Amino acid sequence: MPDFDLVKDGARQMTICNACRYCEGYCAVFPAMEQRRVFTKADLTYLANLCFDCRDCYYACQYAPPHEFGVNIPKLMSELRADTYREFTWPAILSGLFKQNALAVTVITIASIVIVLVLVLLFQGPNLLFATHLGAATFYRVVPFAAMTIVPSLIALYGFAVFVAGAVRFWRETGGAPLQMLDFAAFWRATKDAFGLAYMKGGGAACNYPDERFSAIRMWFHHLVFYGFLMDFASTTIAAFYDHFLGWQAPYPYFSAPVVLGAVGGIGLLIGTVGLLYLKSQSDRTPADASMLKMDVAFLVLLLLTSFTGFALLALRETSTMGTLLVIHLGVVAGLFITLPYGKFAHVIYRYAALLRYAIEQRRAGTHTG
Amino acid sequence: MGECNYYNYFVGEKLRSMTDPTPQYDVLVAGGGNAALCAAITARRAGASVLVLESAPKDFRGGNSRHTRDIRYMHKAATEYVTHAYGEEEFWQDLLGVTGGATNEGLARLIIRESEDLADWMAKNGVRWQKPLRGTLHLARSNLFMLGGGKAMMNAYYETANKLGVQVHYGTEVRELTISDGEFVSALSVSAGVSRLIETQAIVVAAGGFEANIAWLKEYWGEAADNFVIRGTPHNQGTLLKALLNNGAKPVGDPRGCHAVALDARAPKFDGGIVTRLDSVPFGIVVNKKAQRFYDEGEDFWPKRYAIWGKLIAEQPDQIAYSIIDSEALPHFMPSVFPPVEAASIPKLATALGIEPRTLGAVVDEFNRSVNGGRFNPGTLDDCRTEGLEPQKSHWARPIEAPPFYGYPLRAGITFTYLGVTVDERAQVIMCNERPAKNIFAAGEMMAGNILGKGYLAGFGLTIGSVFGRIAGREAARRAGF
Repeated sequence: MPDFDLVKDGARQMTICNACRYCEGYCAVFPAMEQRRVFTKADLTYLANLCFDCRDCYYACQYAPPHEFGVNIPKLMSELRADTYREFTWPAILSGLFKQNALAVTVITIASIVIVLVLVLLFQGPNLLFATHLGAATFYRVVPFAAMTIVPSLIALYGFAVFVAGAVRFWRETGGAPLQMLDFAAFWRATKDAFGLAYMKGGGAACNYPDERFSAIRMWFHHLVFYGFLMDFASTTIAAFYDHFLGWQAPYPYFSAPVVLGAVGGIGLLIGTVGLLYLKSQSDRTPADASMLKMDVAFLVLLLLTSFTGFALLALRETSTMGTLLVIHLGVVAGLFITLPYGKFAHVIYRYAALLRYAIEQRRAGTHTG
Repeated sequence: MGECNYYNYFVGEKLRSMTDPTPQYDVLVAGGGNAALCAAITARRAGASVLVLESAPKDFRGGNSRHTRDIRYMHKAATEYVTHAYGEEEFWQDLLGVTGGATNEGLARLIIRESEDLADWMAKNGVRWQKPLRGTLHLARSNLFMLGGGKAMMNAYYETANKLGVQVHYGTEVRELTISDGEFVSALSVSAGVSRLIETQAIVVAAGGFEANIAWLKEYWGEAADNFVIRGTPHNQGTLLKALLNNGAKPVGDPRGCHAVALDARAPKFDGGIVTRLDSVPFGIVVNKKAQRFYDEGEDFWPKRYAIWGKLIAEQPDQIAYSIIDSEALPHFMPSVFPPVEAASIPKLATALGIEPRTLGAVVDEFNRSVNGGRFNPGTLDDCRTEGLEPQKSHWARPIEAPPFYGYPLRAGITFTYLGVTVDERAQVIMCNERPAKNIFAAGEMMAGNILGKGYLAGFGLTIGSVFGRIAGREAARRAGF
């Protein structure tokens, strides 16, 4: 839907919701909506990013299609979120990556694997790649330490910069003063809401996901993915610390912090991503935006591959396939981090910003809900 | 009233009848709203096999219950969701107040007492609660709000019924009842042009009133009924109400009576529900199409008065009126679904609304001159009133002078009709010979007129439907041997 029509329809639907308010108890979107009487593009952007897509309001709505009002808040919010990701990204020229996201993610990931492979072959040669390595620092025999630390750091820094730019734009365009952000009580509440997936709880009812029945399974799969991702991130950081500051070189023993964190996080990622992919395959398409669904799938598959290739590497690190697996794993990880700012991961940033705005706004209005 | 067999019933449509053997059920429930599902669940839990026939398709199942949001119930103490106790006597007095005595005390007290365990019963059957919605403070003591509203409640009931093994057929309307000597024999149902004869041991009729049957409304309201908006389901055609009355059930309630409120005239003809209501009336003036005021807009708090405005508007020429406010009034009422008509001056607003600009200008000027300049307070019955104006505006009267000016066109919106069948405390339908029908039970809107002769108490329709639905289900199952 063209941007203008989407905003117009969004304002129409929110006006219907605002005159009804039956869904007030499900999440933060409706109490935030009630603070407004008219809905500008900025308002809709804020509300859309507050929405956790639990779909409770859709199945509870007496005006949902085929009613002539055709109220479909989850679909509307998904479309508006996709708009947010495109519009607030940097540089603007790369916003196209959101449009054909699944294709972009696939191409970039394959290209990353190929580039890593070519570089290894060029600089290290095929012998090292296909050899069996035993003992310490075996990974670095295939890919040198400098390449394995500096390149990812640069990619991560770049992604971080893109997100900071996006968050600042989001904050400005949805009408927030910069200093308003420095509200620690609000930060605390937003963080609790984000880490607890507060608004996937549907006011005690859980999500209507993948269909009209209530289920908490999506929330638990999401927890596995998110905390799995965090644990893997921690694993990598600790490994880098060991290496850099303590001079302990990978591969680490099975019961070391990087391996345990990495393995537990990886298992979480495996179960969580497979679970979410399964739920998505079963999910009702009516309250969904098709392009957002593809973006979700692309990101989940990439997370799944990251975890899977990581485990393969762990299991087979003392065989001659280690070199090949390392190349594939690093390529997938590079693909993941390169596309991080241009894919579904963006929701983390904008949703957190929206939760922060909500915490500030509700405190000012003197009402606490949820 | 009280006269029997005064309805003519005729179905002219050609139907193909089903010949294949249909499965046997103990209890037939005709209808698919709150009362019907409460009956179906109760009868099934008692052990009976139950068939529910809902005339609406699945997407629109639930009758008018899909538009509800809260239920009034008796409770001895505050809970997480209600702020104070609400006892039998207070409940009864509230009911007496709104009906002016047009009620059946025995049945009313039965409903009030049996409403006490509704919160638990509903929760057990999948309904979830939420804190009272903002802007509903007046109900926070007495009423429980369903999380997500009435459709979410109906979704929960249908899921529970499904788990229990209740058979539900959507898009299936019960057209005719064969009743012999006060005993239900069979029902004729129609689904997609195919008719089917269903025989069960007992029937629960919970199929709503007739407010969506414009032709029937015209019998009492004449052509004016064409200009009524029906707030709820288009499926409440009154087919079964008529069938029961034709078969000798004793009517109850004023046949002309309907709960009619002021609605935005741009509302859809059916199923517009809550969002088309308009709360602007007490904060401005209301004129008819001749630009004349016709009633005290500030008589009392809006929740206590909105239900008389439907009738007031229905009595105006072309059944239309206009709420006129200025920009100062806008923040004082809940936003509504359609934006107001906006203009820089009163005559321009009149032109935009299609009423005579000079007359409206004069009416507003006269109103503004007669305002006494009291202290405006929307939270109390304040002392802002008009002096020497006919009709008077007794509260919240402030001059309409701050541009831009806004207007909302208003129509009469029918929520439900009062005509029903007489029942006893076992939900058995009473026939014209004063004897209860052996195996015919009624619940919900079809029998609400026994208790609500006139007026309305917020959330009480669901109370009646839930309590009598459970009684009807229990008694129907008992009749079928469970």
